[in-house]
Amino acid sequence: MNKPKKQPREILFHMINYGVFAIFTILCAYPFYYLIINSISSNALSANGDINFLPRHIHFQNYVDALKLTGLADAALVSVSRTAIGTVCTVMASAFLGFMFTQQRLWHRKLWYRLMVVTMYFNAGLIPMFMTMKNLGLTNRFLVYIIPAIVQPFNIIMVKTYVESLPSSLEDAAKVDGADVLTCFFKVILPLCKPILATISIWAAVGQWNSFQDTLLYVTDQKLYTLQYILYTYFNQASSLAALIKSAGTMTTIANIVTAQTPTSIRMTISVIVVLPILFVYPMFQKYFVKGIMIGAVKG
Amino acid sequence: MQRTGKKKNTEGFKMFLMILPFLILVFLFSYYPLYGWIYAFYDYRSPLPLSHCEFVGFKWFRTLWRNPTQVQQMLNVLKNTFAMSFLGLATSFLPVLFAIFLNEIKCIRFKNIVQTLTTLPNFISWTLVYAVAFSLFSTTGMLNSVLQQLGLITEPLKILDSSRHVWLSMLLWGTWKGLGWGSIIYLAAISGIDQEMFEAARVDGAGRFRIIKDITIPSLMPTYLVMLMFAVSNILSNGMDQYYVFQNSFNKQSIQVLDLYVYNLGITGKSMSLATAVGIMKSLVSVTLLMLVNQTSKKTRGESII
Repeated sequence: MNKPKKQPREILFHMINYGVFAIFTILCAYPFYYLIINSISSNALSANGDINFLPRHIHFQNYVDALKLTGLADAALVSVSRTAIGTVCTVMASAFLGFMFTQQRLWHRKLWYRLMVVTMYFNAGLIPMFMTMKNLGLTNRFLVYIIPAIVQPFNIIMVKTYVESLPSSLEDAAKVDGADVLTCFFKVILPLCKPILATISIWAAVGQWNSFQDTLLYVTDQKLYTLQYILYTYFNQASSLAALIKSAGTMTTIANIVTAQTPTSIRMTISVIVVLPILFVYPMFQKYFVKGIMIGAVKG
Repeated sequence: MQRTGKKKNTEGFKMFLMILPFLILVFLFSYYPLYGWIYAFYDYRSPLPLSHCEFVGFKWFRTLWRNPTQVQQMLNVLKNTFAMSFLGLATSFLPVLFAIFLNEIKCIRFKNIVQTLTTLPNFISWTLVYAVAFSLFSTTGMLNSVLQQLGLITEPLKILDSSRHVWLSMLLWGTWKGLGWGSIIYLAAISGIDQEMFEAARVDGAGRFRIIKDITIPSLMPTYLVMLMFAVSNILSNGMDQYYVFQNSFNKQSIQVLDLYVYNLGITGKSMSLATAVGIMKSLVSVTLLMLVNQTSKKTRGESII
């Protein structure tokens, strides 16, 4: 590669290009930074809107107090459990079904496969879904977060395509040795599918963690509220927040201006609690996220 | 021969039994809800069982066309829906530009940082986006306190509690959340272009913009068209989360899109039958659109998108 001499136009182009990207990147990152510094700064300053660029009077009392807020610990437990259980269920189901749909012997394989795939392209609508959950007795049950999310056609297609790309000799060898279809799945296919299952699980986990609509529609029992739902109510209903502050205020008898809870401090803290797992997980598993969309695009 | 055939069949049937529980789930959560369309033909009142409700035939569908207030309301909702969708379509080339210009950046480190941080917002929920919006732009938020401290304004600006520029701000939030991630697919497409083409063009003295215009953009067009077709087939489905979290009594008239309207009508307003009717119309139009787009794709590109 021979580099031509840098012309002023060239330099100008790069300056503008880098500049625009830098600005947009800051716009994307700053809000998260803003939430974090406000959740650890003096609550009085933060409520006043004084914390914009650097944290001041750093303390972590907000996170200690947050644990004592009514409902928050429950919500965290619900969110964590639905993410863990929901992810395991959908990943296992996707792996199993994806594999089964590659088996030529499966009775009416094509029919079942088509009936499943076609569900990606229509849905009955919000009210019929609501009535369905009600009729099945799933409203106000933890299972409403898990069961409807188990079969995900898109994930099944991904696994099926992946299994089809594996050399068939491995599977055949197992069959010659007399392994039945389940043994073949658990002993041969499942270990080979790890890369695609990693991609699916990371997407499923983020989906479960971020899910908001199912709580809104199907759950009225406060014990089953998720963090996302609580977050929304804290930002949207000033009244429930006022009650919470009172309950938190009784914990510290001498009101300390730095650590006394304010609406802002509670809001910032819970926002950070909700976003932190994503902030940790995303950069670490970025390549799996990217792989997911790439396979999807090829399929699409 | 016959025996092996029979053995094969029983084995195939056993395998079917193994996937049967999952097929039942598909039936319960994808096909059985279609039965719920029946609510649109009754005057359903929430706690009563359907058998105790009056059968009204196409009354709710007629209401949608004939009742003046309802027509007014519906037109307003459709206006919002199409406005948001068309704004989305009009800006659908932004991820392409983002990818092309990010590709011009040679500093790998900078490129990686940009990519990681700009794709991050795609993975947070709309509730958290609202939390961010509230923290920054509410009357007590960051922007207002900075402007007040600088003495530029005396009264806080109402940004979220306002009916002005709702479409635009929804578009901007959508762009903030989706632009970086939307570009990933095009970045991959660019790295898939034969590098020798670029080399050859450079040797022939083509400048940067010439190369972008004549090589990069044409290579990205197929991908872009597929994405565009998906967007067109989803024109009625803006989703509900974004509009629900940003909705308040000030902006309701300009933020209510079809998906949100069905929720407001059916769940908040308790008019479940009417809401189901609206939902049915939406589903039917959406499926038709998808098939039309797919046909177009087959004819023009020789490939279907689904």
